[in-house]
Amino acid sequence: MVSLFGDLDWGIVAEITLRSLKVSGLAAILASTIGIPVGVLLSLYNFTGREFLKSIFNTLLGIPTVVMGLFLYLLLAPKGPFGFLGLLYTEMGISLGQMLLVLPIVVSITATSIEQVSEEIYELALTLGASRAQAVVKVLSEALPGIVLSSIAAFNRAVAELGIALMIGGNVFVYGGLANTRVLTTAIQMHVARGEIDVAIVLGLILLSVVFAISWIMNLVKKWL
Amino acid sequence: MAVIELRNVVKDYGQFKLSLSMEIERGITAILGSSGAGKTTLLRIIALLESFEGEYYFMGEEASEKHRKKITMVFQQPVVFRGTVLDNLLYALSLDGNSSREKAEEILEKLNLLEVAKKKAKNLSGGEKQRLAIARALAIEREVYLFDEPTSNLDAENASIVEKCIRDLAKSGKTIVIATHNIFQAKRLSDKVAFLHNGKLIEYGETKQIFENPKNELTKKFVSGDAYY
Repeated sequence: MVSLFGDLDWGIVAEITLRSLKVSGLAAILASTIGIPVGVLLSLYNFTGREFLKSIFNTLLGIPTVVMGLFLYLLLAPKGPFGFLGLLYTEMGISLGQMLLVLPIVVSITATSIEQVSEEIYELALTLGASRAQAVVKVLSEALPGIVLSSIAAFNRAVAELGIALMIGGNVFVYGGLANTRVLTTAIQMHVARGEIDVAIVLGLILLSVVFAISWIMNLVKKWL
Repeated sequence: MAVIELRNVVKDYGQFKLSLSMEIERGITAILGSSGAGKTTLLRIIALLESFEGEYYFMGEEASEKHRKKITMVFQQPVVFRGTVLDNLLYALSLDGNSSREKAEEILEKLNLLEVAKKKAKNLSGGEKQRLAIARALAIEREVYLFDEPTSNLDAENASIVEKCIRDLAKSGKTIVIATHNIFQAKRLSDKVAFLHNGKLIEYGETKQIFENPKNELTKKFVSGDAYY
């Protein structure tokens, strides 16, 4: 097995690893940009349909990535309603698809983190003389570690998923190509299908290392907060 | 003039209803009663944390949001913010427009917490958290201080430190209201005692009168330690 690793093109491995980080990082950033305010809204404000929205996001937490991939493929296919956007088989297409996949994670974890502290912290801040706006800010600041966790969880889910990367990205790879979409998960799937288990294992270990490293760094950030 | 005046105040939770009228003056008033008597609900109404029916006057004015800045409350289950013990005090002080580290440290020393000033507040013991909650309230200047079972998690030494702080506050002209089920604490600390039972104000008067000459049978039983509600 060791000799087979010698055949591995580490340049390509680096390229697809960086692409995984870029594509899923963008998905996590987009999902956090939208999902954190939605989570705040769902946890702090009472409005009609709030519980219904929460239950939708909670249900979407468990959506299979293959189903999501298929659904997005139908939307983004050339003859689909959003085919004109030209997002199929592009990095941006994968990012947007993964963003939709992980959005419920960000919303649910953010909302739960805030709900866990909101009432007692809000009241405590009021009794110390905070205005209602200052009390809300204090609640958000107390829930910050949970909010950070929602972004880590979103990235980890995005970088490790296969269905969307495969159906929307298409695992396109051409030497020196500018429109490549191969990422770690699609590469692992491809090498397993070809019977190149050793290469798949190396890529799997790289994927695990990426997830572990990001989680470790973000946990340090959480402690520092 | 009464600092706090409650007229026909009602808080109805369905299964439990608090209904009373009372006036609270400067000094220490103990709200005495067993668990479920309505002590905490009464404090929360005074702190403007609960909606209610009836009238509430704060120093002669109808109580509203603006009076919240004149009242602070220490909850029975102490709540602490993330960050260090010192950060907790500095946050409270900052809301008062004061960022004096010296003042924060002085109060921490008073409550035997200076040694843990740099410790994460979440990692404190129950008793330390309770003292921190009290320290945070003492750090800010208020007209009225509400304490809900302030020494329930404390050993005798620290309970005595807290009681001294409460006495000092009262001596400086503040209005203190303590909810407690501890008849001994009410007796040694308060100027007046209000005895609550099942959401009703059963008896209210000078501490000496309540303990030595209670007019109501329920009060008599409670202050003599015979009552098991």
